[in-house]
Amino acid sequence: MDDEIRRVLRDHGKLPCEVEGLDDDADLFQAGLTSHASVNVMLALEEAFDVEFPEPMLRKATFESIGAMRRALSALTTAGVPS
Amino acid sequence: MTALGVAPSDLAQRARRIGEGIAGPAADDVDRQARFPTETIGALKSEGILGALVPPELGGWGSSLTEAGDTVFAIGLHCASSAMILAMHHLQVACLARHGRNHLLRDFQRDVVERQLLLASATTEAGVGGKLRTSLCAVERDGDLVSLTKQAPVISYGAQADAVLATARRTAESPPSDQVLVLCRPPGLVLEQMSEWDTLGFRGTCSPGFMLEAKGPADQVLSDPFADIAAQTMLPVSHILWGHVWLGLAASALARARSYVQGEARKQPGVAPPGALRLAEAMTLYQQMASLVHGAAERYDQRPAGEPVGMGDSVALNSLKVGASSLVIDIVSRSLAICGMAGYREGSPYSLGRHLRDAHGAALMVNNDRILGDNAQMLLVYKEHP
Repeated sequence: MDDEIRRVLRDHGKLPCEVEGLDDDADLFQAGLTSHASVNVMLALEEAFDVEFPEPMLRKATFESIGAMRRALSALTTAGVPS
Repeated sequence: MTALGVAPSDLAQRARRIGEGIAGPAADDVDRQARFPTETIGALKSEGILGALVPPELGGWGSSLTEAGDTVFAIGLHCASSAMILAMHHLQVACLARHGRNHLLRDFQRDVVERQLLLASATTEAGVGGKLRTSLCAVERDGDLVSLTKQAPVISYGAQADAVLATARRTAESPPSDQVLVLCRPPGLVLEQMSEWDTLGFRGTCSPGFMLEAKGPADQVLSDPFADIAAQTMLPVSHILWGHVWLGLAASALARARSYVQGEARKQPGVAPPGALRLAEAMTLYQQMASLVHGAAERYDQRPAGEPVGMGDSVALNSLKVGASSLVIDIVSRSLAICGMAGYREGSPYSLGRHLRDAHGAALMVNNDRILGDNAQMLLVYKEHP
């Protein structure tokens, strides 16, 4: 799952640094993730993992680090896809 | 759905579950066959929702109109016909709750709660068109008994209703505008179906014409003049609850459009799909419509019962009806344009044919031109700042 998240970040995060160099808990917004790019990251994650982020997950904290995204995606993929 | 504005309340929660679990799955079949949504209305009964507007002292929930409106909206998100039936039932109960003060009518409201009776309306009449405030038929009195025969071109879910509230002239000598509202119920009620209901939309409301014959104790006639019932309760509550039906319909169409755009967006992150801007535009219309409908319900709830209705109130309620029924057509049409062929095709998750057909009923049931005509008259003399 981490590899896929990092791929999405590389393709859509428009980060000014290398995604490979980021720790699991590194703050992506401090690393340069803009809110516009974060929407594209969300869309790409939804497509990649075949999930839809429900309203309560659509907040900065869900996408602030690779670890946070993994936890959110794990919660969604184990709970089934909410619509 | 929070972005589409669902207010939390217990009855609305129950209605939402019924909407998702029962009304939604049945909606296409109800529409195709123009059949009564038996399963949805049955579920509303088993959850006690038909007693929403009965006062607590008579065993009901004593819900505000805002709460009752939320139940209608919750069903309207999934099946506009079912939502319209619930709205019209709530409307009849609202009239009884406010104006049905004698023992018989109060006992009947207890019955509505205990047996979850479904109430229908017979206000239109052959020969008077859609004029609510005109009747040809008259209540005949014989001692303590009354009887009524009415040729009703439309009684929605007449065949499935447990009782009907009908308008009539007060006596055989009364002028057409001196009306009363009469509770007609079994065993003194006979409805003979006179026509078919095969329409473009709202097909599940099953609203053919009937010959209505009713007999019963004189206390089945509401004592307040129908002029007061109409002005204080029937007109405001009908426009507000219909508004909730249409709002649910608009929200449902918009949710399909949104889901379509989001699906497109996921395919190519970073490239906004062509429908994204159109969706944003439609959302501003939805917000206008939601504010219009919710604001009217809140104003009604805050208004002391029995306060005389001024010309300004009438103008505002008429504007609500015309505004909301026009907005629903606009929002559904825009949603269809966003979904494109996927919306035009039947049987896709984005199909909007039923929504579009239902939406067009909004401007026609009590024709907007008639309502604008009423407002046009009032605005010739009305002087307050709007």
